[in-house]
Amino acid sequence: MIEFSGVNVTLGEREVLSDLTLSLPERRIGVVGANGSGKSTLARLINGLALPTSGDVTVLGLDTRRHAARIRRDVGFLFTDPDAQIVMPTVAEDVAFSLRRKGLSRDEVAERVRAVLSRYGLADHADHPAHQLSGGQKQLLALCSVLVLDPQILIMDEPTTLLDLRHSRQVADLMGRLPQQVVVVTHDLGLLDSFDRVLVLDQGRVVADSTPKAAIDHYRDLMS
Amino acid sequence: MTGIYLPGDSFLHRLPAGAKLLGLALLCTTLLLLGSPLWLGGFTVLVVLLYAVSGVGPAAAWAQVRPLRWFAVVLFVMQFALVDLYGAVSSTLRIVLAVALAGLVTLTTRFADMTACFERCFAPLRAFGIDPFRVSLLLSLTVRSVPVISALATRVRDAQRARGVSWSVRAFAVPLVVSALRHADALGEALSARGLDD
Repeated sequence: MIEFSGVNVTLGEREVLSDLTLSLPERRIGVVGANGSGKSTLARLINGLALPTSGDVTVLGLDTRRHAARIRRDVGFLFTDPDAQIVMPTVAEDVAFSLRRKGLSRDEVAERVRAVLSRYGLADHADHPAHQLSGGQKQLLALCSVLVLDPQILIMDEPTTLLDLRHSRQVADLMGRLPQQVVVVTHDLGLLDSFDRVLVLDQGRVVADSTPKAAIDHYRDLMS
Repeated sequence: MTGIYLPGDSFLHRLPAGAKLLGLALLCTTLLLLGSPLWLGGFTVLVVLLYAVSGVGPAAAWAQVRPLRWFAVVLFVMQFALVDLYGAVSSTLRIVLAVALAGLVTLTTRFADMTACFERCFAPLRAFGIDPFRVSLLLSLTVRSVPVISALATRVRDAQRARGVSWSVRAFAVPLVVSALRHADALGEALSARGLDD
């Protein structure tokens, strides 16, 4: 469960998020809004990458201000640009890198890496240099590196922005099958069709909070 | 060290990273001590044999020493001019063989094994408050940054060409540095998100 209680975020003079009070228990939650509307800040608040100026964010019963490191173990985050997330030279090594501080044996790490790469179609690329993958494959690798930790919640910040149609669909299909609670910030409205709930942000405020169809209609009106 | 590990099952692949690094240090030291052209020739045969045994093909082997080619030519010419033919051959050969050996270690060792080995080597630094994991992470990020910065540089150069800008150091360096700093910021955030800032 993710809860925002009277959350405000200001950066200098600018109010990025204003008086946000939300409870997010649904499995699939979408967040849309214009550039600069506060979507990414909202996403970053959930795993403590950003902290509220006032108010509280509680994730899985823990306050992000006091338990950010603990929360990050259970809340995976997928960024727009996979290049910024890949740390190790090869695919398997990058996934294994996520498990470095888990105290697992070498065999356990290898098994978990193999399993996650097989599940998401990257097993044949295990020993390939990560920087030579296509954009879609890199995003899949970034996703594998997050999912190998088996998080309870997954936050995705514009995961399909840099992908072509085929890879966008691949990520969308994959998202549908994930057992985790997923919060997706996106401009790709088609991604949200099957979601349980969609929030529309405008100038740091939630201006619509509804089913995908109603929320997206509101968003289209807002942008026209 | 740029992630060019070639999977294989040779005895070199199976050898632990630490043993390979120690072997590399010993062989390079031996290389420096070899005086006679006969021994240098023998050493060259040894390096060729090690490549053959490892199953690394000629293309990958050439890729290890190829970046040295102009440096090797300049070194050879200078040594020939300043010393003699034997000095030029032996100095150039020593450098090329040392790089070839280092390349062979890289080609047959997973980077993760290498960093794990470094982590073990740096373990005594804990006594001085230095986290070995952070040292090996620094190494990983340095290696990973090579293709990333190279891609950023290509992007900046392409953008300049698209705008018809001729070569200008400032017009190239400023966006490259800004992009690199942005990338560093994003990478730091991604590492935090992966729980690596505990």
